[in-house]
Amino acid sequence: MNTIAIKELLYKMADDLLIMGHRNSEWTGLGPVIEEDIAFSSMAQDKIGQAGALFEILHQLGENEPDTVAFMRDANKMHCSQFVELPNGEYDFSMIRHFLYDHADQLRFEMLVNSSFEPLAQVAKKIKGELKYHVFHANTWVVKLGNGTEESKARMQTALNESWNYALGMFETGDFEKELQSENIFEGEEALKTRWMANITPFIEKANLKVPDQSTWAPILGGRKGYHTEYLQQLVEEMGEVFRLDPTAQW
Amino acid sequence: MYGNAYIDPNEKPLSILDGEDPIKLAEFEARIDRGEKIEPKDWMPKEYRKQLIRMIEQHAHSEIIGALPEGTWITRAPGFKRKLALMAKVQDEVGHAQLLYSAAETLGKSREAMINDLITGKSKYSNVFNYPALTWADSCIIAWLIDAGAIINQVANSKGSYGPYGRALERICVEESFHLKYGHHNVVTLATGTPFQRQMVQEALTRWWPPIMHFFGPSDKISNHTTILMRWKVKMASNDDMRQQFLNMYVPKIWDLGLVVPDVNLKLNEATGLWDYTEPDWDEFKRVINGGGPCNAERLAVRRNAEEKGRWVRKALLQKDSSYVTPLA
Ligand SMILES: [Fe+2]
Ligand SMILES: [Fe+2]
Repeated sequence: MNTIAIKELLYKMADDLLIMGHRNSEWTGLGPVIEEDIAFSSMAQDKIGQAGALFEILHQLGENEPDTVAFMRDANKMHCSQFVELPNGEYDFSMIRHFLYDHADQLRFEMLVNSSFEPLAQVAKKIKGELKYHVFHANTWVVKLGNGTEESKARMQTALNESWNYALGMFETGDFEKELQSENIFEGEEALKTRWMANITPFIEKANLKVPDQSTWAPILGGRKGYHTEYLQQLVEEMGEVFRLDPTAQW
Repeated sequence: MYGNAYIDPNEKPLSILDGEDPIKLAEFEARIDRGEKIEPKDWMPKEYRKQLIRMIEQHAHSEIIGALPEGTWITRAPGFKRKLALMAKVQDEVGHAQLLYSAAETLGKSREAMINDLITGKSKYSNVFNYPALTWADSCIIAWLIDAGAIINQVANSKGSYGPYGRALERICVEESFHLKYGHHNVVTLATGTPFQRQMVQEALTRWWPPIMHFFGPSDKISNHTTILMRWKVKMASNDDMRQQFLNMYVPKIWDLGLVVPDVNLKLNEATGLWDYTEPDWDEFKRVINGGGPCNAERLAVRRNAEEKGRWVRKALLQKDSSYVTPLA
């Protein structure tokens, strides 16, 4: 078992979920309609819970306790994509990010159901089921807002344009793609990206939106290697604010 | 969470029963006496409708504004367990608002009109949310003691005569009891934790005690108005009774934890069986309810901002082909 490769994979997935869940939770009390506050909070709870499950596997592989790992690391030790750490902005950006991110994540866990690394395959089965609802929620709203008013159409297209290169950055390859593939742990980022494109395209069309012209594609990379926007350090300091007051205390 | 609906004692005396059909009124009151529930399509006096809208609407506003002080701690909750629990709790509160706005809508006022009255300051919400949750411990004290107060209030009101409100409250009370457990567990953890944590929770209790004493409202003036509302089972318990019930249930628990309640006069009076306490500062209460509290402006500004930022989304939902999206939970 290639522990280093597995850890790298687990860390980036767990960090994505942790940070995306954190961002989703920031909509609590502030959504455009009460039902959406509730929806984003549900998704936040799922994602934080899923992150916890992955950190638990990491703990069994010798890493620190989930709380310590999640609440004590600085940004440069984190492996989330830059996409998930961007502030929520307005509902248009949050919704497009939710759509692009959750499609990728659901596919990722669907692929991992067949992973040769059994603990991950087990967890993936459960997570995949939860993410199905997140994807359904995103699809419904993207199609609705893309076909809404002139303003909502324009906003959604702008959000898609601005998100696109960040979204491509989710598929930044790691140092162990070959090992993960040859040991049947994970099929790899390229395979995931191909499936993702195939899955999101019909919904983007149904929403009357356009994927930015391929000539403008330039994935924003670095997140997986610990290079982040200024927003992530602010986020982790806020997240750890109470826990860091006394990490040895029971909270 | 919940704020006691505040009945303004200075409100002009209403000729409450003016113009009501005496036969219908007698039938209505007989139904209530028999313990029947009044349903949306049933005949009801104008004043009954008006007071219920006010009460349920204030309650709904309190849930959604109450999500703000605690919500700011979701992103800072220490550890997975607390973060997940607080998210679920605040989500419940927002869900309560949704449920209550629907209950109030059955009386003929739209959610939009209610939210509009909230952000223009025309309708009130519980005064306690005009105070800041300065530390993590404040959020724990809120979850324990404010939710405890809410339960006392809501259990009483769930037995009221208006069917949709009573049923909403029954559901809400089940969730509130989880909030109370969550809050209590948090406070116990801090009170039995490090000296730093103990100090943090003591300071939070000291800060929150006056708003907690204000929570149930000033002593009810015995007037024609309150007598009729009680006969109609709109108002189910007096403010003083609820405050006594709260003190009786929670002061011993607070003392058990070795925490100090900042009121030297607080004690159970053996002769009366009631709690003696220093009379809360009701001038402060009125000042805050009329907009002069530390957070009134901020709370409304946040809500107004959310409404304004969300307007384009709501407009898009109103488009012809765009039916309402089913929420996840
Ligand atoms: Fe509540
Ligand atoms: Fe509550």
